[in-house]
Amino acid sequence: MRELLTPRVNGDDVQVLAPVHKTLLEVLREELGLTGTKHGCELGECGTCTVLLDGEPVLSCLLLPVECQGREILTVEGMAQAGRLHPLQQSFAELGAAQCGYCTPGILLAAKALLEHNPRPSREAIRVALAGNLCRCTGYTKILDAVELAAARQGR
Amino acid sequence: MSLLQEHGPDAMVVAGGTDLFPNMKRRQFEPRVLVGLRGVRELGGIRGSAREGMTLGALATLTQVSLHPEILTHYPALARAADLVSTPQLRNMGTIGGNVCLDTRCNYYNQSYAWRKAIGFCMKKDGDICLVAPGSPRCVAVSSSDTAPVLWSLGARVRLVGPDGERVIPLPALYRDDGIQYLAKAPEEIVAEIALPPVDGLRATYWKLRRRGSFDFPVLGVAVALRREGEVCREARIVLGAVASQPREAVEAERLLAGERLTPELIDRVAEVAARPSKPLDNTDLVYYYRKRMTRVYVARALRELAGLPVGDWPTAMAGRNHANDEEAR
Repeated sequence: MRELLTPRVNGDDVQVLAPVHKTLLEVLREELGLTGTKHGCELGECGTCTVLLDGEPVLSCLLLPVECQGREILTVEGMAQAGRLHPLQQSFAELGAAQCGYCTPGILLAAKALLEHNPRPSREAIRVALAGNLCRCTGYTKILDAVELAAARQGR
Repeated sequence: MSLLQEHGPDAMVVAGGTDLFPNMKRRQFEPRVLVGLRGVRELGGIRGSAREGMTLGALATLTQVSLHPEILTHYPALARAADLVSTPQLRNMGTIGGNVCLDTRCNYYNQSYAWRKAIGFCMKKDGDICLVAPGSPRCVAVSSSDTAPVLWSLGARVRLVGPDGERVIPLPALYRDDGIQYLAKAPEEIVAEIALPPVDGLRATYWKLRRRGSFDFPVLGVAVALRREGEVCREARIVLGAVASQPREAVEAERLLAGERLTPELIDRVAEVAARPSKPLDNTDLVYYYRKRMTRVYVARALRELAGLPVGDWPTAMAGRNHANDEEAR
């Protein structure tokens, strides 16, 4: 059974005919070619498939797109604007806050949602906001540094 | 409702999907029809006040519950429990109704299909015997909800809606101590809302034991609620989570508190008695005799917190967002 899905993805109204049992993660990657969102555990444990749904971080591996009709989805592809990296992407790149990079898209989006609620988060608040994103390379310190740097730059 | 009736055992309801979809992927649940509740507006929202009592729509997310100003101020134990569930992403998706109905968990059950097949399956799904206690006539999977013990301690009631109408029951009546049939409701009945009575001086807290401070299911949860007149306890509830297939109330320990002052000596005695009904088995994370011994420790710390006595260092496993905010406020 296929269904016409009409989510808004990275600011564009999208129409896509996809099987109803496919998760949002699969539709983003396989039907829309947006492969920045990564497949990890697929069980809601690792956070690498994080996207923003109406601005809030959610796991695309546990969402059916039929439940996202008419809602705003942001993936990592939508973070850079007009060829300019998002401040978080910039600080992650400068500080080397990515080793293999597989967890990075999910972390960037979770951090973006954090900075929108709390532009000057404490180190502890960053930790708590990123608690759902695992980094198997264990490069957490630089990740926390990079979020702090982006926050400091935005605050200026 | 008609879909649920039409498809009977082939149908399941889905709200946040954070429990159901992983279980479907591991083939612990194999529904042929999913009925999504997300579009049902009547099941959402948080209403009311501490004075008149509050109503939590089953679809209220755990994030909404943990950040709601009235709940944070007047039912802080519930805000803390919701905040300590899983990760920010899953709290944005998972609902209070779903957490109350959370499937019971077990090391022999929460595994992939291939894993369960290799070990011969257990009685909760596809098998005949319990692999934790092979002589057990029933499944001993563990109630792993953080919010249920707190709601129980607060005297919450649950509104169930089914094809034959609706009924309101005390939250404890929703549960059974059976890992498979852990909910005492008909399959086609859904939890529509949860009602909290007026606060009326009731003060509660929740302590959670887990391996990782970032996120994990509870391997022990302790909810304590007290109503005091001056120094004297008028009413006490101590509800243990993750020690049985349903939350378990430590009734004998509660009786020791009635009419008494909360002295450190009494707290130690109550904690020891409260640990008696805690009988964890070797089927979750962390060893079971440690979890049993920690029941006493956590009941004592919860009581000390409510009595305004020092509780020692806060465990890192309690470092939720609400608590992080506390740290900043200090």
